[in-house]
Amino acid sequence: MAERKIRVLIAKPGLDSHDRGAKIVARALRDAGMEVIYTGLRQTPEQIVETAIQEDVDVIGLSILSGAHMTLFPRIMQLLKEKGIKDVLVFAGGIIPDEDVPKLKEIGIKEIFGPGTPTDVIVKFVKENAPKRA
Amino acid sequence: MEGLAEIEKLIQGILAGEKRSIARAITIIENDGQKAQKIISAIYPHTGKAYVIGITGPAGSGKSTLIEKIVKKLRENGKSVGIVAVDPTSPFTGGAFLGDRIRMQTLSLDKGVFIRSMASRNSLGGLAKATKDAIKVLDAAGKDYIIVETVGAGQLEVDVVKVAHTVIVVLAPGFGDEIQAIKAGLMEIGDIFVINKADRENADRAVIDLLSALELNTEKKWKPQVIKTVALTGEGIDDLLKAVEEHRKYLEAGELEKKRRKRAEAELLEAISQRLKDTIIAELKKDKTLESFIEKIMNRESDPYTVADILLQEKIKGKKERND
Repeated sequence: MAERKIRVLIAKPGLDSHDRGAKIVARALRDAGMEVIYTGLRQTPEQIVETAIQEDVDVIGLSILSGAHMTLFPRIMQLLKEKGIKDVLVFAGGIIPDEDVPKLKEIGIKEIFGPGTPTDVIVKFVKENAPKRA
Repeated sequence: MEGLAEIEKLIQGILAGEKRSIARAITIIENDGQKAQKIISAIYPHTGKAYVIGITGPAGSGKSTLIEKIVKKLRENGKSVGIVAVDPTSPFTGGAFLGDRIRMQTLSLDKGVFIRSMASRNSLGGLAKATKDAIKVLDAAGKDYIIVETVGAGQLEVDVVKVAHTVIVVLAPGFGDEIQAIKAGLMEIGDIFVINKADRENADRAVIDLLSALELNTEKKWKPQVIKTVALTGEGIDDLLKAVEEHRKYLEAGELEKKRRKRAEAELLEAISQRLKDTIIAELKKDKTLESFIEKIMNRESDPYTVADILLQEKIKGKKERND
């Protein structure tokens, strides 16, 4: 049996329309041998969680540059919890002030990557932290 | 690891149309032979009810956008829909970027729609190996229609014809002239041809080229239809769905039964040849003489075909003796 592929959802919550970063990360994870699903722009937390369920992903990467992360991220984490989805790794990237990082980690976002993060750091993080499922 | 009890729960979930169970079952089918087989065996009696529409055509012709519009119409008519959208796996890294879903995200919260993106992995026919069984899961989950989107197809990615009842080939103006339309492969499998992006220049020319090429085919009982659409605005979607229904009626008047028999046979033979191959290769690998044969081939003392014949004959003979 071939090695199990890591499935990743790259999602753009909220209303900003800058997805260069999201696409760069998606591309880097693809080149690292993962199967990457991209939601496209302007997704609601409900759409993101529903997509994660149907695609049965191991990892969710949230990208945001609008400043609404303290509203949208907790909503996403709450929805995941409500739906009973525990075995998914969540990480985030974009423009997120340092003082918000501890609060986001507290609600279950495993890591936050700021601008300028080398893609191989993200690839390594995902490979090491993706849940090991059957 | 999912144990037996968990598999049982998954199966119940699938039959109840529960999305998480459907999703997890498809993952298992993509990854694991034995557990996948348990699931398929359990749901098989509940399959065969859904109508499967295959959508194929070159990359960028508008397949995903067209699907979004088709599904919206089907939903207006109260039908539930499952979608399997296949995108290519990199032959270099094994990774994939699955982007069909972006065009369908307006459907993501609809309770009557299930969308799954799938990487082609090692398959070359335009679908993934797991596509056929993912269709069975959606079928058992009670979807009225299942839509299968192939990878962007060139001329030979025609596997969709083996799983769909109606195949729609989506082209855009400028696909080529009549000569392209006469070529074998993709152009042979369409029950319906769509000229999408029909608001562009040369759309009528494309329709004429297609029609005149299709007329050369005097054998087919079903005369493939050609429909103009503009997927972005939804223009032509009603005509397209009407054509699908006509094709369905045509199939149900007799062809469907033949198709089902042919498919059952093909699936059985495929399963047998897969198992045979797995068993024999596993046994051969245990065989100590294999190394010496490999060396003979390396030294040009024998060739792969002769050795294959010798080894296979021994295996088959060995089996017979044991059975006697």
